[in-house]
Amino acid sequence: MTESDSFFETPSPTKYKGIWSWLITMDHKRIALMYLFVILFWFFGALILGLLIRTELMSVGRTIMGAQTYNALFTLHGVIMIFLFIIPAIPAIFGNFLLPIQIGADDVFFPKLNLLSWYLYILGSLFAVSSLFFGGPPDTGWTFYVPFSVSTKTNVSATLTAAFILGMSSMLTGLNFITTIHRMRAKGMRWLQIPLFTWSLYATAWVQLLATPILSITLLLVLFERIFAIGLFDASKGGDPILYQHLFWMYSHPAVYIMILPGMGVISEIIPVFSRKSIFGYKAIVASSMAIAIAGSLVWAHHMFTSGMSDVAVFVFSLLTFIVAIPSAVKVFSWISTMYKGSILMTPPLLFSLGFIYLFSVGGLTGLVLGSAGTDIHVHDTHFVVAHFHFVMFGGTGFAFFAALHFWWPKIFGRMYDFKKAYVAATMIIVGFIFHYLPMFILGIMGLPRRYYDYMPKFETGNMLAGIGGYILIAGIALMFFNLFASFKNKRDAEADPWGGTTLEWTVPSPPPLHNFIAPPEIKDYPYDFSDVIKKFKAESTG
Amino acid sequence: MNNITNPLKGVDQAFIYIIGFSLALLTFITILMIVFVFKYRRSKNPHPSDIRGNWILETVWTVIPTIIALSMFYIGWSSYLGLRDVPPGAIEIEVYAQQFSWIVVYPTGKEVENEIVVPKGKPVKINLTSEDVLHSLFIPTFRVKVDAVKGMSSYVWFYPDKEGEYMFHCTEYCGIGHSEMNGTLRVVPEADYEKWLEEE
Repeated sequence: MTESDSFFETPSPTKYKGIWSWLITMDHKRIALMYLFVILFWFFGALILGLLIRTELMSVGRTIMGAQTYNALFTLHGVIMIFLFIIPAIPAIFGNFLLPIQIGADDVFFPKLNLLSWYLYILGSLFAVSSLFFGGPPDTGWTFYVPFSVSTKTNVSATLTAAFILGMSSMLTGLNFITTIHRMRAKGMRWLQIPLFTWSLYATAWVQLLATPILSITLLLVLFERIFAIGLFDASKGGDPILYQHLFWMYSHPAVYIMILPGMGVISEIIPVFSRKSIFGYKAIVASSMAIAIAGSLVWAHHMFTSGMSDVAVFVFSLLTFIVAIPSAVKVFSWISTMYKGSILMTPPLLFSLGFIYLFSVGGLTGLVLGSAGTDIHVHDTHFVVAHFHFVMFGGTGFAFFAALHFWWPKIFGRMYDFKKAYVAATMIIVGFIFHYLPMFILGIMGLPRRYYDYMPKFETGNMLAGIGGYILIAGIALMFFNLFASFKNKRDAEADPWGGTTLEWTVPSPPPLHNFIAPPEIKDYPYDFSDVIKKFKAESTG
Repeated sequence: MNNITNPLKGVDQAFIYIIGFSLALLTFITILMIVFVFKYRRSKNPHPSDIRGNWILETVWTVIPTIIALSMFYIGWSSYLGLRDVPPGAIEIEVYAQQFSWIVVYPTGKEVENEIVVPKGKPVKINLTSEDVLHSLFIPTFRVKVDAVKGMSSYVWFYPDKEGEYMFHCTEYCGIGHSEMNGTLRVVPEADYEKWLEEE
């Protein structure tokens, strides 16, 4: 295989050159990289917004900005991070690149739709920032709670439209993945031979497809309210503001699982490879992914224990919330058992994965405090919640994203990065992360509400610490990306299988050729059978 | 009035129970993870075992966490009931939330802003509603919180068994003055309370 045969050198369709060979490509790998490019852009932007917020909070009173700016910043930080980064990051980048290869397919089922999803993403992101220049950025928080979102003068409409369009993009990606998995698996690959990353994308895709329309409609309703004031959510006209919260969380809680499930899939791939040992309890992990997707759709109102809804509803949603904790716990136990009696090689992707397990566990366990009705009342809408969901979303999905970058980087670009810098960066990120978010748990229990521009002096120490942690965290992330980008200077000489993986993406060259497989792939009876890998490496070390 | 149990005790017990169990589990998982990474490192253990699962272990670690989770649910739910069941004879105070202050109205018709004064040793029920957007009344000391919704009445109750001055906050984001929407809750001896009510 020569270098010039990779998908970087063979555009699809072949007649286009240069930028057009990207902008109108049908190749799932090129679309994945276009997503990588724009998603990282927004991720960096929202990181800076987050750092500005925490800098403002480092001391009592005004530090660097006024209250209105602060309110706009946390809204934009939330909207961008959720709709433009966490939801699409792993499915749109790594899912697009790897899902077809993992199931032995040439591309996704609807390549044109795939490209359309990317353009919808771009359109949505433009709408999201348009409010900065027209009518003032939204100041509602990413939750757009009525009646405030209906009455505020800022340009909430543009942001709502953005979220609507981004929802379309997300749905189409989900539809594409489901169809691809059903219709395009290589001959001989039955359901229980599908790799766990693809399984997690399958579970995610169903949630994307079924839950996103609810959000889309809800956001349209708020737009209608803003323009025509029909009174759906206005009590004085016979409407109900709590209805909005139900509709919003009916999507937005399942969306949390849209965000975390692909991350869990990433970890389920990485741990076995570096333990050189089969994943522990393959079927249980598959089942727990589907269980999370289903049960996770039934717990939305645990965001609303203080909303004034009935006590019966509190009972039901609290109970269901504890049930949905179980499949996540099962996954954590499975990952740790995978390492038992393995042959573990420390690498940057594994270090990020271990960081994931620890931080995600903290996030999951503190979720129990929020799922329990009596304790939730105290910590609801305080910094405790902020810490909890950042542990899950950033310590979880964010770390899985970093792990995936380091794991599949040589596959995607054919280049290896420097390990030493990657370790330093990962350590800085983990230490900075803990310093950043741990104080928020304590601040929350002490009673500091979230979305507060200013606070009482007794909360200053915690906020100061969190701010310092934030700077360490951002410095670590900067170093990590610097190190990854620096690999572009290296020769493109990564092996097809640098780690010793068992899934199909490691059987094709790095980077893969346009049509992924030169010969029809050979499907293993069990996707995590390491006996061939062990033989191969033994032969290499003795011969 | 001595037979009233302060509901915050139940809430705090639930906190300790859940956080205690969680810390124990987290420590266990973390130690196990670190031990495995060192004990089975490739330089020391070059030949991995081929273990693909163990249904007994998998059943055990599904069933036991389920039982623990249900016990947490139960303790959390009971403490929640404590926060909802108002004992008879509670003093009722009406609170109207608005951007960005709290209007507090007493049974005598006395009206104050951003200040709640209650006598020590009597349960207090606050009926809450909003004049505009959503707000939420949060009194950290008594572990209570409820949203204020226009056109709807919600309530919290608490048992002030110690004198003192505490803060209450708005915890539902309500606009530019959100973080300034605070007030003081004063728990005073009954005689002082009566006197305060008489004042203009």
